[in-house]
Amino acid sequence: MNHEQEKYYVPEQSPWPIVGAFALFFIAVGAALTIIQLNSPGNSGVILLLVGIAVLIYMIFGWFRNVIQESQTGLYSAQMDRSFKQGMGWFIFSEVMFFAAFFGALFYARMIAVPWLGGASNNASTNEVLWPQFEAVWPLLTTPDGTVTQAMGWQGLPLINTIILLASSVTLSFAHLALEKEQRAKVKAFLGLTVLLGVAFLTLQVEEYIHAYQDLGLTLQSGVYGNTFFLLTGFHGVHVTLGAIILFVVWIRVLKGHFTAKSHFAFQAGAWYWHFVDVVWLCLFVFVYVL
Amino acid sequence: MSAIVEEHSHHAAPKGLKRWLFTTNHKDIGTLYLLFSLIMFLIGGAMAMVIRAELFQPGLQLVDPHFFNQMTTVHGLIMVFGAVMPAFTGLANWMIPMMIGAPDMALPRMNNWSFWILPFAFAILLMSLFLEGGGPAFGWTFYAPLSTTYSNDNTAFFVFAVHIMGISSIMGAINVIVTIVNLRAPGMTWMKLPLFVWTWLITAFLLIAVMPVLAGAVTMVLTDKFFGTSFFDAAGGGDPVMFQHIFWFFGHPEVYIMILPAFGIISTIVPTFSRKKLFGYASMVYATASIALLSFVVWAHHMFTTGMPLAGELFFMYATMLISVPTGVKVFNWVATMWRGAISFEVPMLFAIAFIVLFTIGGFSGLMLAITPADFQYHDTYFVVAHFHYVLVTGAVFSIMAAAYYWLPKWTGHMFDIKLAKFHFWFSLISVNVLFFPMHFVGLAGMPRRIPDYALQFADFNAIISVGGFAFGLSQLLFVAVVYKCIKGGEQASGRVWDGAEGLEWQVPSPAPYHTFSTPPEIK
Repeated sequence: MNHEQEKYYVPEQSPWPIVGAFALFFIAVGAALTIIQLNSPGNSGVILLLVGIAVLIYMIFGWFRNVIQESQTGLYSAQMDRSFKQGMGWFIFSEVMFFAAFFGALFYARMIAVPWLGGASNNASTNEVLWPQFEAVWPLLTTPDGTVTQAMGWQGLPLINTIILLASSVTLSFAHLALEKEQRAKVKAFLGLTVLLGVAFLTLQVEEYIHAYQDLGLTLQSGVYGNTFFLLTGFHGVHVTLGAIILFVVWIRVLKGHFTAKSHFAFQAGAWYWHFVDVVWLCLFVFVYVL
Repeated sequence: MSAIVEEHSHHAAPKGLKRWLFTTNHKDIGTLYLLFSLIMFLIGGAMAMVIRAELFQPGLQLVDPHFFNQMTTVHGLIMVFGAVMPAFTGLANWMIPMMIGAPDMALPRMNNWSFWILPFAFAILLMSLFLEGGGPAFGWTFYAPLSTTYSNDNTAFFVFAVHIMGISSIMGAINVIVTIVNLRAPGMTWMKLPLFVWTWLITAFLLIAVMPVLAGAVTMVLTDKFFGTSFFDAAGGGDPVMFQHIFWFFGHPEVYIMILPAFGIISTIVPTFSRKKLFGYASMVYATASIALLSFVVWAHHMFTTGMPLAGELFFMYATMLISVPTGVKVFNWVATMWRGAISFEVPMLFAIAFIVLFTIGGFSGLMLAITPADFQYHDTYFVVAHFHYVLVTGAVFSIMAAAYYWLPKWTGHMFDIKLAKFHFWFSLISVNVLFFPMHFVGLAGMPRRIPDYALQFADFNAIISVGGFAFGLSQLLFVAVVYKCIKGGEQASGRVWDGAEGLEWQVPSPAPYHTFSTPPEIK
C-alpha cells in the first residue's frame, strides 16, 4: 500500500468546536434556569436555552458543511472512513448504555422495589408498618401513597407503532441496497418513505400521550410505572426525532447527488442509528407494554 | 469565521489565543487538558484545605455545616471529574498518537470540542456555589433523597454540569479508542502496544460504558426533584436504594477509570529506570482487561449496609476480593521488573516506587473493606476516606506526577529543575502519609466521614492530619514552580531524555515537533 495515498487527513484549525462549547454552556444554564423557574413567572432561562439551541444548530451546520466539503473534494481516505464508522459505532454503544440505565430502573422497580414494598423477601414489616394496604402488582396502578392510574395496553396504537417502525427499518434497508446498486430513484423513494414513517410514528406517539393523560390518567407523576413509561418512551421519541432529522438531511444530500455506491458514510451512520432506535423500541414494546 | 477554516498548509503552530481556541492538534489539546487539570487540582485542593482547617479542632469554628457539606461535595466532584480524569485524558492526547506512530487523534475537531466544554461545565458547577442557597451539598455521590427531597433548586445546575462532563468524557473516550484501533502505524501489532496505550484503550471502553449510566442517574434525580417522578421515592413505588445501585454501577468502573491509566504509566516508567523489559507484558494486558470486566459486577460493595439479600452481600464480597488477583499480578510484575535491574532514582522513578508501595496500602485497606461483616464496622468512617485517598492521591495523583516528570522534557524541550522536583517528591511523600495514614486510626475508632465536628477523643489525630494536609497542599506549589520553570527554560533535553527509555515518542526530538508522524514510521 502506498503511503502517499494513505495519508491521514488532519484538519487545520476549526472555529466550530468552541462555538459548540458556548452552545452547550447556554443550553445547560438555560435548561437549568428554565427548570428552576417552572413555577414562577420569569422566563430568562427559556430565552438562554433557545439561544443555545440556535447556536448549536448553527455550529452543526458549519461543522458538517466543512466535513461534507472535505469529503466531496476527496480529502478522505479509506482509513478516515473507518474512523468515522468506528466513532459512530461507539457513539451508538454509549446510547445503548444510556437506555440501559432506564431499563435497569424499570427492572429494579418491577422485580425488587415494588415486591419489597409489598412485603416480599424479608420485608414483611416494611409493608406492615409503612403501607399495610399496599399490594405489589405490575403495572403498579395504585402507588403506596394512593396515586391511582390505568395501564397502557399494547394493542392499538403501540402495536401499530411497532409495525410502522419495523416497516421503516425494512424500507431503509431497501434504500441502502438501492444505493449500493446506484439506483438513485429507488433510494430517493425508499429513504423518503422511511422519514415519513418516522414522522407517522411520532405523530401516533403524541396521540398516545394525549390518550394516556386524558383518558387513562397515566401521567409522569403516576408513580414508578408512569415514570418508567414516560422516560423510556420519551427518550426513545427524542431519538426517533433525531434519527428522522438525520435521515432527512441524508435524503436532501441524495437529492443533491452526494454519495457513491462505495462511499456513503453519512447514509450508513444514519441507517445504523435508525436500526438502533428500532431495536430499542422492540425492547420497549416487550418490557414496557406487553409484559 | 470560515476564513480561518480555509487557511491550509502551514506547519508551524499558529499564534495567539486562536491557536488554543481553534486547535485540532493533539499536543495543544493535551496541554490544555493538563493545564486545566492542574488548575482544578489547586481549586479542589483549596477546598480540601477549608475542610482540614475546620477539622483541625473539634467544634464548629470556621465555616457553617452547610458550607462544609458544599466543600466536601465539590472537592470530590472537582478532583474526580476536573483533576484526575482530565489529567489522564491530557496524557492520552499527548502520548498515544506519538506512542503508536499516528499523525494525530482520529477525530481532531471533536477532540477540541471534548476539551473546551469542560471549563464551561466546571464554571457552571463553581458558579452554583455563589448562588442563593449554595451549590451541591449532598456529597459527590449525590445519594437520593439528599439530592432530591432535601436539596435546593441549584441542583439543576449540578445536573447539567455533570451532563456536560459526561459528554466530554464520552467523546474523549471514543477518540482514544478509534485512534488506537485505526491509526496504529504499520507493524504496531496489538501485543507490541505500549502498556499506557493498552490501559487507556480499556479505560476508554469503561468510560463509554458507564458515563451514559451516570447521565441516566442525574436525569432521574432531575425528574424526581422537579417533575414529580418517584424513581427514588418509596411512596410512589420507587426506592432510594435503587439510586445507589444505578450510581455505583457507574461509580465502580469509574474508580478503575481513574486507576488503569496509572497502571499504564507505572508500567512505562519502572522498566525505563530499571533498564529492563517489563516483566510479564502479556499478563499485564490480561490483568488490566480482567480488572475492567470485574469492575462491572462489584458495584454493591459500596452499599453493604443499605439493605441487600444475604446472597447479594456474599456475591459482591467474593467478586470484589477476586479483583485483588489481577491487581496482585500487576504489583508482582512491577516488583519483578525492578528485581536485579540497574535501578536509578530519577524523579519519575521516585514517584513510581512511592506509587507501588502506597497504592498497595490502599489496595489492602480495600480488601479489608470488601469483607462484608468487617465493612459494617468501617462503613462511612474515616477508614474509607483513608482507603480511597491512598488509591487516588498516592495512586492516581502520584502516577500523574510521575508521568508529568517523565514526559515534561519531551513536551517542553527542557530538563526540569531536578533539585526542586526532588524537594517536591520528598515533601509530598512525607506529608501525604501524615495526612492520610492517621485517618485509618480515627476511622477504625469510629469517626464518621462528612461531619464538620467530632468527638473529643479524635482531636489529636485530627490536628496531625490537618498539619499533614496543609503541608501536602503547600508542597504542590513546588510542583507548580517546577512546571512553570520548565516551560520557561532550562537545560536542553535530548531526544531520548532518559537513557533507558524505549518507545516511538523518544525517537522524535525534544520538544516534540508540532506535527509528528505525518507519515507512519516503520515498526520492526
